Amino acid sequence: MTVNANRTQTPPASPPPPPERTRQVKPARHRRSNLDLKLSPYLYISPFFILFAVVGIFPIVFTAVISFQEWDLVRNTGTFVGFEQYAWILSQPQFWVALRNTFSIFLLSTVPLLIMAILIAAMLDRNIRAKTFWRMSTLLPFVMAPVAVALIFSNMFGDSHGLVNTLLANIGLGPIPWHTDPFWSHVAIATMVNFRWTGYNALILLAAMQAVPREYYEAATVDGANALRQFWSITLPSLKSTLIFVIITSTIGGLQIFDEPRMYDFAGEGGAAQQWLTITLYLYNIGWGEFNFGRAAALAWILFIIILIIGLINLAITRRLVRDEGGRGVTAPRRRKGIQR
Amino acid sequence: MNSRAIRRGSAAIAALSASAMVIAGCSSSQGSSTDPDGEVTLTVATFNNWGYTDELLAEYSKEHPNVTIVHNKAAGSDDARANYFQKLGKQGLADIEGVEVDWLPEAMQYSDLLAEVPDSLEGRWLDWKAEAATDKDGRLVGFGADVGPQAICYRGDLFQAAGMPGSPDEVATLFEGDWEHFLDVADQYREATGKPMIDSANSVLQGIVNQMEYTYDKPDGTVIATENPDIKEAYELVVERAIPNSAYPTQWTDDWNASMANGEFAAMLCPTWMLGVIEGNAPEVTGWQVADVFPGGGGNWGGSYLTVPANGPHVDAAIELATWLTAPEQQIKAFANAGTFPSQLDAYENPELTDFVNPYFNSAPTGQISINRAEAVTVVPYKSANYFKYQDALQNAVTRVFDGSEDAKTSWKTWVAEAEAFS
Repeated sequence: MTVNANRTQTPPASPPPPPERTRQVKPARHRRSNLDLKLSPYLYISPFFILFAVVGIFPIVFTAVISFQEWDLVRNTGTFVGFEQYAWILSQPQFWVALRNTFSIFLLSTVPLLIMAILIAAMLDRNIRAKTFWRMSTLLPFVMAPVAVALIFSNMFGDSHGLVNTLLANIGLGPIPWHTDPFWSHVAIATMVNFRWTGYNALILLAAMQAVPREYYEAATVDGANALRQFWSITLPSLKSTLIFVIITSTIGGLQIFDEPRMYDFAGEGGAAQQWLTITLYLYNIGWGEFNFGRAAALAWILFIIILIIGLINLAITRRLVRDEGGRGVTAPRRRKGIQR
Repeated sequence: MNSRAIRRGSAAIAALSASAMVIAGCSSSQGSSTDPDGEVTLTVATFNNWGYTDELLAEYSKEHPNVTIVHNKAAGSDDARANYFQKLGKQGLADIEGVEVDWLPEAMQYSDLLAEVPDSLEGRWLDWKAEAATDKDGRLVGFGADVGPQAICYRGDLFQAAGMPGSPDEVATLFEGDWEHFLDVADQYREATGKPMIDSANSVLQGIVNQMEYTYDKPDGTVIATENPDIKEAYELVVERAIPNSAYPTQWTDDWNASMANGEFAAMLCPTWMLGVIEGNAPEVTGWQVADVFPGGGGNWGGSYLTVPANGPHVDAAIELATWLTAPEQQIKAFANAGTFPSQLDAYENPELTDFVNPYFNSAPTGQISINRAEAVTVVPYKSANYFKYQDALQNAVTRVFDGSEDAKTSWKTWVAEAEAFS
């Protein structure tokens, strides 16, 4: 999962004050300074947009161009084939299986991950000894390279010599078909994702929890609310906007999940019956496995559109929720009464 | 399930982490190419371990003081492949680029972008080695490096425990025959022990398919994949008879690596480079032996070439170096360094190779065995750029049957549907 930094939209610079129109004669110097006044704000913000055009817009547009062609990477030439590549992708059963797997792994990783992250954050929010130590420890898995994590976990989830199945055998249970059953392979991959991302999300949520004014808890204690009740009625509601951020970033990351399924077996192609083939892995296999960049580009655009749609749904839900609160962040608890059930 | 995976060969861990690594950039050389004695820096790009040590390369620099050699090693074959096709015909490739057999067919589509091997080297390599790197205009564009002639590795102790002969000569006689016979022996072993004899069903498929001249398509471009009776027959033989006799569907899984030491199976199809894999995975086991035999005649699995991109700045100097690197003397040294078996005919007369014994395999004369096995190869399979796509998909079909995700008929149908979507 990749967390995309929430890029703040740079608001367009406010237009420079209109030049005095009444003046009839404009010396050259004035004209220059007018021009300067009009242009310079745009020039100041241009470095980002120029860079974005080169590394952001251009690849997206070029991918679109390639997606309408039968592309030869080596000779850098292609023949125009219209929407044929898109049609091919959508007609492939593998694509739909990959879509299913992507969502399945996304759900299996995001839901337990968020629940665990909230619980861990809540525990770290208490007055405990060696606070920094515990906080750093939760972040430790995040520092590990995903490939290393995947290597270790792949070994643990071996079908006949893996650690997990050996343990299961010791307590008298049958082995789990980690590499043949789609569901179990998703569980294994989701475990790797959870291992890596729980601590990171816990820290974000912890930061949000710390911002909740302590007076609320004191007041609640005076009112006789126990810890569970306080968590449910104070902590969770105040986390809402942070949770939305975490959910959005996890969604984008979840739809682009790649490292873990690629490293899950030696071939890295998602299994013989596409048990754990995800969209990005499929994209990689078509592009870098088969060198069919026309199809890969078409699939990249399909993925782009899927993420866009889900992003819009997210946005709609987010807007509604945040408006409910009448504000953002820690202001939420003010209307705590309103949302108590 | 994946023949492309197999190329990653013994450097399993290195290759696994490969996708996360950035390939070392290949610096382009400097200086002019016109003056044969001028200062030249040549870059050589390989992957895994080709046995080209710094000492070996220094020998060339000693003979040619004007030449400086820079050796770039990619972690795995897949990295090298991605880099190769991204830069071929453009800028940025090394003066000499290593190519693995499994993606040679893809490189052959662009044989016009590669320099031709000098005519003077004709006859240096095994016929089938040179033929695979010759394009349809008759241009040889690959300097043959190593090959993987296949023998059979087996556990002498387990064979004897199953009431079968144990010495290499007896086992060679035992396996003499076609694939049906090989599987008969496997049945015999299974009846005696209740265990599978072979490591993986897909290596049997690989062995059979590698002995066919035409598999999935023909040189004129006609696709025969799903109609080819030989392929269907091979598939049926494997799913019906090899799967019950195999411990795993595919090689290179963590389970498969671990199983080499614990006697889960007793025999493997064994290209020369596999000897190192077995030794690495089962250093404590003393029972592994090599028999000088292969079902259905000879078979080759894997190997590599050096190529010289034609638009490089020092093509002539690069050809000279590639010629030297793939000469029998150097290839024998590379074999001693890394176990890459030579493809050069003259090397097969060399006592260093003919007298080579492998202490791990109970002092088997693996040098001579590999020579015999290389000379037994008669068929040069035609492999188009699409070959490995079909092969991967067919191996997946076998794996699905092995795993029980689909029955043999359904899995074949899935393969047919997949294969038809390729073209």
